[in-house]
Amino acid sequence: MNDWSVLVGIAFLGVAYGMVLYLISVGLSVTMGLMGFVNLAHGVFAMAGGYVTVTLMNRYGVPYFASLAAAAIVVAALGFVLERTLYRRLYGTSDFDQVLFSIGLIYVSIAVVQHFWGPLTQPMRAPAYLKGIITLGGFEFPTYRVFLIGFSIVVIAALWLTLERSRFGAQIRAAVDNRRMAQSLGVNTGRLFAQTFALGSGLAGLGGGLGADILVTSPGYPLQYILYFMIVVILGGLGTIRGPFLAALLLGIADTACRYFWPQMGAVFIFILVFFILFFRPQGLMRRARA
Amino acid sequence: MAKHSVNRSARAVTALLGGLFVMGAAHAQAQAVKVGFIATLTGGQAGLGETMQKATNLYIKLHKDELPAGVTIETLWRDDTGPNPDQAKRLAQELIVRDHVQMLAGINWTPNAMAVAAFTKQAKIPTVMSGNGAPAATRESPYVIKTSFTVWQACYPLGQWAGSHGIKQAWTVVADYAGGTDAYNAFAKGFAEKGGEIGGSIRIPLNTVDFLPFVQRVKDAKPPAVFVFAPGAAAATAYMKAFDELGVQAAGIKIIGPGDITDDMELQHMGKGVLGIETALFYSAAGDRPANKSFIAAWKKEYGANDDPGIFSVTAWDEAAAIVDAVKAMHGKMDPDKTMAFLSHWKTANSPRGPLEIDPETRDVVHNVYMRKVEMVDGRLANVEFDTIPMVKDPWKEFNK
Amino acid sequence: MTREALDKAVAPRSLSRTAFGLSPWEAVPWLVAFAAFFLFPGYVPLFGQIIVMTLFALSLDIVVGYCGIVTLGHAALYGTGAYTAGLLAVHGWTEPISNAICATLVAALAGFLTGAVILRAHGFITVMLTLAVTVTFYEIANHTDKWTGGDDGLKGIDMSPLLGRFEFDIYGDTAFFYCLAVLFLALVLVRLLVNSPFGWSLRGIRENIGRMHAIGCPVYRRLLQAYTIAAGLAGLAGALQAQTTQYVALRALSFDLSGDVLIMLIIGGIGRLYGAFIGVPLYLLAQDELATRDAANWYFWMGILLIVIVLFARGGILSLASRLAEVLARRRA
Repeated sequence: MNDWSVLVGIAFLGVAYGMVLYLISVGLSVTMGLMGFVNLAHGVFAMAGGYVTVTLMNRYGVPYFASLAAAAIVVAALGFVLERTLYRRLYGTSDFDQVLFSIGLIYVSIAVVQHFWGPLTQPMRAPAYLKGIITLGGFEFPTYRVFLIGFSIVVIAALWLTLERSRFGAQIRAAVDNRRMAQSLGVNTGRLFAQTFALGSGLAGLGGGLGADILVTSPGYPLQYILYFMIVVILGGLGTIRGPFLAALLLGIADTACRYFWPQMGAVFIFILVFFILFFRPQGLMRRARA
Repeated sequence: MAKHSVNRSARAVTALLGGLFVMGAAHAQAQAVKVGFIATLTGGQAGLGETMQKATNLYIKLHKDELPAGVTIETLWRDDTGPNPDQAKRLAQELIVRDHVQMLAGINWTPNAMAVAAFTKQAKIPTVMSGNGAPAATRESPYVIKTSFTVWQACYPLGQWAGSHGIKQAWTVVADYAGGTDAYNAFAKGFAEKGGEIGGSIRIPLNTVDFLPFVQRVKDAKPPAVFVFAPGAAAATAYMKAFDELGVQAAGIKIIGPGDITDDMELQHMGKGVLGIETALFYSAAGDRPANKSFIAAWKKEYGANDDPGIFSVTAWDEAAAIVDAVKAMHGKMDPDKTMAFLSHWKTANSPRGPLEIDPETRDVVHNVYMRKVEMVDGRLANVEFDTIPMVKDPWKEFNK
Repeated sequence: MTREALDKAVAPRSLSRTAFGLSPWEAVPWLVAFAAFFLFPGYVPLFGQIIVMTLFALSLDIVVGYCGIVTLGHAALYGTGAYTAGLLAVHGWTEPISNAICATLVAALAGFLTGAVILRAHGFITVMLTLAVTVTFYEIANHTDKWTGGDDGLKGIDMSPLLGRFEFDIYGDTAFFYCLAVLFLALVLVRLLVNSPFGWSLRGIRENIGRMHAIGCPVYRRLLQAYTIAAGLAGLAGALQAQTTQYVALRALSFDLSGDVLIMLIIGGIGRLYGAFIGVPLYLLAQDELATRDAANWYFWMGILLIVIVLFARGGILSLASRLAEVLARRRA
């Protein structure tokens, strides 16, 4: 039925979009919950991932998956370095200083990117085996987006497993809940912060590379999308990892639906939605018991 | 007595020197005609301004010997960073008040054009516009001529052509701004005149990056054709990519639009997915005209074999020609009203687009409109002309006299 | 502790010595303005811009510097004032002064209504809300393009001559003095405000909100009052912009503009009353010189500057200046 296929199409595109948003934003949620740092510059890491991926593929002919992996690793390293040198000086300072710092970092990255890659958007050419249309259950979907959803699910599952089963994950959860207690139990929070930051940035880089189609790689990236990442994190609840997942899906589908049915509405609808949700659930969609 | 005569001689010499100096200064004033260009030189659409600069500089370089002795043209470039009408107006103001330019030129984007046009009324400065397709700019001020095009000139005949060539229903996808609205209105009118019906219309907000949801909607509706208008060559590439990704043409939906959507400047980056798209425009790089061939040869010689001139390269080329001719006619003294009188009657047979004249009544362009189709020629994509609609005046002005 | 030392310890961090006493330094901005007008006639339109932006930054200082609220959405109020003034003018209300007053009141109302919601939150959520407000205002203006002109901007703003005699011409002379006079009046108002008990309570709220609650200060109401006044002044700046450039574009409501003016203020120093007067001209003049040549470089140095300021010079140029003055004073003593 025609209406069905429209709704399925929207839901599908929305979920793909939401997955990308989640991959990028989950790191932000954890670092904000863990370090209490207002990192408006998180989009920079996603953007870096996009640029690394696209450059490796277009300029050096590196295969797609290798480029993605490289993007994640390079950006994780970048995050690690930045955390050690700059970010850690600002833990505990006022929100204001952190906001300013983030804006400064965003500006520098925009300039660097524009200097080396120019102002135009970078074309993302997916490998041939991921192009075209796939028919699933009578509906047609762009193959690339199907892959996107599948791949993201795998990554997300790995992430959740790590955070819930591994010692590292336990340490993070402990430190988010109660940093002092974790420290007095012997958790090296300094190193933990750096590692978590690297993880979050690396994921953002991966998300940026994967999603280069939807959130297009261009110098204006961090400013353009930061609001979306922030919405995902706030709605989802700081410091959690499941909340942002729901929030990202919700945002992805709502945004796609809006663009389909009421193209003129633009971002207004999203913000009205956000206002409402924050009004009734100020802590976000997932309530988390804090010690 | 001796002192008196020394004094008198001294005074005479001083007066003579002073006179020479003033004459020299006045002579120096008439030497350089300053023209202020306002264009988009940075940001996502920097290609627009960049190609304008290249065309202008090349034309002036090749033709500077035609200028009268002692007269030179000095170009000043200012960046509007995109559709920023208040910025454009401020730049125009500064070019006049600070840099003392005698002419303004260039100007990308309809909103910027309208803002600058309104300003030229107050400032009384001759202005040539090559960077935008605004139909009302020349109406806004008597000091403006255009060497570009108007959106109606391509879209209205296209609508008529579509209606009389078997397309009875079409959807439209345009960018949500004045240029897009113009394109839609023009197409709709021409289309309706030949019995066509618009099934549905989508307006894409300017800051959109993900076009798939919009294009999906068109695909779901399965019209026989879709009329597309994108804001600038870089956006056109993104639009075309979305259409290709969803397999719109493969699903039997014909894509038509003004030549902007397959602008030669970006055509090679659009991929084979754009083969078969039919467009209407006043220029195509594949056009078989001697003036066009020599233009492209000169361009590639200067800028490299992989640099393809497009719409705004040609309009800027013609703009530079108009400016050079005006400077020649005025001998470097650009009196505003005389310059405008000259420019309003300007015409040239050497434009790469074919015959070109300025309509004295409207001060806008009159030129051929070609129907083109994207095909492979010598291993490269090209907009091949297959039909010509001769000497089209701006339909919008005709309808809104 | 001597009385002087005690005074110094609790002295307001502003350039003036005592609450109402005037420091000779305060005449400097006005003298500079006059000198600039006569020395650089080709730059007068730019100077007019600088004056309007200074007013805008001054209004932002009330919120950020004195109330301690981080807002990335001050442009929403500026833009409201600009569009109000513009729309009134387009529909026939072209007398500049009454037009500006009307726009100021509308912007103050907008500030009151949005502030009522924003000020209920704290910290990072406040920042988000201010951003959201800006985006919402922007989109509303964008979609009511039959009124606002949308992306094309609002044009056709033709103001009547100021006081019936001084025309707004392309050279910007009238605009310059008009804006300068308004800025002066605004500064007088703000200076009185921040040095009044009202102003002190704001500082108290900024420094230790818990304490202020504890001593019974109506915190929320004070903040809202301050926010409303700041909104009105921002709207006034917007109105001046609309009147003198005869154009209003969507950028007046954008996050970009909010960010820019925040940076201008930070460079000069927040909470010191005159930070705007230093940061804005520096930023705009530098931008005029450098950004035209290479926009990418501009962003780079602005970013580095911000990072450096946050890490080393928290407080901007004025704080550096006062630290320097202290060092010199100590040397002398």
